[in-house]
Amino acid sequence: MNRYPVWKYAIILVALVVGGLYALPNLFGEAPAVQVSVAKAGLKLDAQALLRVEEALKGAGISADAVALEANSIKARFANTDAQLKAKDVIQKALNLDPASAGYVVALNLLSRSPAWLTALHASPMYLGLDLRGGVHFMLQVDMQAALSKRAESLAGDIRTVLREKNIRHGGISREGQTIAIRFRDTQAMESARRVVQDQFAELSTVEAPDGAEFRMLASIKPVAARTVQDQALKQNITTLHNRINELGVAEPVIQQQGLDRIVVQLPGVQDTAKAKDILGRTATLEIRMVDEGSEARAAESGSGPVPFGSERFLERNGQAVVVKKQVLLTGDNLTDAQPGFDNQTQEAAVHLTLDAKGARIFRDVTRESVGKRMAILLFEKGKGEVVTAPVIRSEIGGGRVQISGRMTTVEAADTALLLRAGSLAAPMEIIEERTIGPSLGAENIAKGFNSVTWGFVAVATFMCLYYMLFGVISSVALAFNLLLLVAVLSMLQATLTLPGMAAMALVLGMAIDANVLINERVREELRNGATPQAAIHAGYDRAWATIIDSNVTTLIAGLALLAFGSGPVRGFAVVHCLGILTSMFSGVFFSRGVVNVWYGRQKKLKGISIGTVWRPDASPQTISG
Amino acid sequence: MEFFKIRRDIPFMRHALVFNAVSALTFFAAVFFLFSRGLHLSVEFTGGTLMEVSYSQPADLQGIRTTVAGLGVSDVQVQNFGTAQDVLIRMPVQKGSNTAQQSDKVMAALKVADPSANLRRTEFVGPQVGDELAADGLKALAFVVLGIMAYLAIRFEWKFAVAAIIANLHDVIIILGFFAFFQWEFSLPVLAAVLAVLGYSVNESVVIFDRIRENFRRYRKMSTVETIDNAITSTISRTIITHGSTQLMVLSMLLFGGATLHYFALALTIGILFGIYSSVFVAAAIAMWLGIKREDLIKAAVKKDTDPNDPHAGAAV
Repeated sequence: MNRYPVWKYAIILVALVVGGLYALPNLFGEAPAVQVSVAKAGLKLDAQALLRVEEALKGAGISADAVALEANSIKARFANTDAQLKAKDVIQKALNLDPASAGYVVALNLLSRSPAWLTALHASPMYLGLDLRGGVHFMLQVDMQAALSKRAESLAGDIRTVLREKNIRHGGISREGQTIAIRFRDTQAMESARRVVQDQFAELSTVEAPDGAEFRMLASIKPVAARTVQDQALKQNITTLHNRINELGVAEPVIQQQGLDRIVVQLPGVQDTAKAKDILGRTATLEIRMVDEGSEARAAESGSGPVPFGSERFLERNGQAVVVKKQVLLTGDNLTDAQPGFDNQTQEAAVHLTLDAKGARIFRDVTRESVGKRMAILLFEKGKGEVVTAPVIRSEIGGGRVQISGRMTTVEAADTALLLRAGSLAAPMEIIEERTIGPSLGAENIAKGFNSVTWGFVAVATFMCLYYMLFGVISSVALAFNLLLLVAVLSMLQATLTLPGMAAMALVLGMAIDANVLINERVREELRNGATPQAAIHAGYDRAWATIIDSNVTTLIAGLALLAFGSGPVRGFAVVHCLGILTSMFSGVFFSRGVVNVWYGRQKKLKGISIGTVWRPDASPQTISG
Repeated sequence: MEFFKIRRDIPFMRHALVFNAVSALTFFAAVFFLFSRGLHLSVEFTGGTLMEVSYSQPADLQGIRTTVAGLGVSDVQVQNFGTAQDVLIRMPVQKGSNTAQQSDKVMAALKVADPSANLRRTEFVGPQVGDELAADGLKALAFVVLGIMAYLAIRFEWKFAVAAIIANLHDVIIILGFFAFFQWEFSLPVLAAVLAVLGYSVNESVVIFDRIRENFRRYRKMSTVETIDNAITSTISRTIITHGSTQLMVLSMLLFGGATLHYFALALTIGILFGIYSSVFVAAAIAMWLGIKREDLIKAAVKKDTDPNDPHAGAAV
């Protein structure tokens, strides 16, 4: 009769326990917290850092609910936001002794209040999207054409150097868009140049393209190499963004590649959106200029005279003024790499720069002519320049390998290298999508979504209970179970929950009840046609099943289309929608049948079932004939 | 409780022509408004900047308009959003200026005009993204239509697939017609609602088709029209209760979801109401015009049914 084998009940029980366990963290809510993570490579968060945090808090008389060291961050939870804000300042001071070069990111965050044993099971609350917790979302488009042009430019310089070394005469090398044009006076020179380029520049392909009477060869970047260039540009830009965002002190920034040439940045909880935009959109450029060492300039440095014509006054990082000439010798475009290291002879901390061919040539010429003079490396951000370092040139430097050393600690060297390497973007970026949600709006959105789901659920459940009596109660329990499963699955997957996602949750509950209505109507119909209660239950569930499958598949097709082609708010909707359809099939049919079986299944002489009025027309239906 | 005390099958198909004429009329009215008025597309599709600003006092819309226009921003739309204190400002993509910074400038100016101005939300979408979103939306629609048709053609027969998709696309067009007529804002969530409605209301037609197939098997002597009438009559209680329940949920969204979910819920409401109409009155009628027959559906299945008239068939007593 209507009985499930034990294993089916076991499945239901397991689903109930697992679902309950993983949905549980959502009930505890979130507590204000301070999160510490490492901003610089080389630093580590260990027990010692934890001790420092704890001592700092104790010293300031702030009591934390919990302080814990996790994989790559220290998290401290507090009872209220007041304590949280105070604690942030205290920890900031204790860890970052030098505010100018902060080694740690100290950020405000919200942490789940759920007990440790739940966290140990990796049960965490649903991950709220920006529209629910507030924050900034950016989509940046990387200008790949510019990245390729830049690469072509530096390759052109390299070719020039190589051809000179090999003593091949040419009539000029120029970059035309993303191809490099090399002119020659005779075919022999062109032929030997072509061989050299093919040998030494694997990423270039060459074609001969005579221009009038001139011999001309065009070298262009091969598609495979172009993809590598674009990949690297994107990666470098992402690294740069990471470094900049560290400055903002965001607890859980998301920086992701999207498609081939886009980067998505999400900064949850950031309130100062203008500053965030500022820091992200900033373009840093590196310049190398000579220090003006005239007596007028010296006077200007000490502030006792005007800055001489043709020079500018900048501040060094330690606040000391330096007057440099306006003429720019090299820019960051010619810098290919910067790494921290040590001086071979003095074992002092140093930064090793690698220049491209053009840069190397200029640098050699400049250093040869200016031994004993000072050279300044400047970093410009948003039009404001700063002297990173202004070392004295000791000898001619060739080969494009430059070492900056002197009066630097290892940390400073690492910092400078990072700044030089990641300070500038590999390719310009443009913000093509931006979404900012204030924190109060986020909280309001949560309340709105929550109310929609709750009141909708109450209304539907009330109606079902009134209309179908006990079967309605069972349907409502199944619907609640569906909600539980949906929340549990969303928590397990850590899928982002957004306001449209909450709307999808409400909608999917409204749709999920369809399965139970189908079943209950079918059972009533069977009873109407004179079936015994047990047979009616059996037939009702069995016959409704095919229909439920069909209707859910069509709904699922729509959901999958939204998932595949949707972006942003639509995707958030689609994820919940699709998951909800799947959980509803389990809860609406399998689970509700289980409950019905437990309730009625064992009664052999079942007289009637509580499914509301089974109305029978006095006359038998006219059209039913066999 | 029982709302549907129906003694005999309602002859829906007798009036099929009238129903189809009514839906044809609404359909063409919707198409007309779509073309004459067009959709009021949100910033997501057109590109531009959107700002939600809240004030402590009911906002002075005219003052805000002049302030923003004073910054040299053209075609600004300023309107209340939800309450009198909340204002929504829409600005199209401005040529020549850095659009991403636009909201900062505007906000600064508004703060000067009224220090209580508080930025709640901004959205900036570049024009290239907008075009992509529109293209993706159309792709999604095509995917849904083809996917559902393929599934129905496999599960039932091509006539049903065609009938269901015509009936439900007509729902979609009518929703769009409403949005065009009232110039409600068509945003990404609304698009999601439209596609969800398409999937949802097709399942309505599926339930009826399922019943038609079952009736073809059970009642051999019934004519096609009678079969369809019986199928619709016996599922109408379920159709209305299900839609009613879904509508309760949507109503709750309409009431508690606030301004952000307003149009989303509105699109769903129209979709649900016309979904009932189209699947009950239109889909089956079209299937009938297309000439569905018993033989189309039960070629192979005939032998399986041992006793098609036994209501206990399949029940293991």
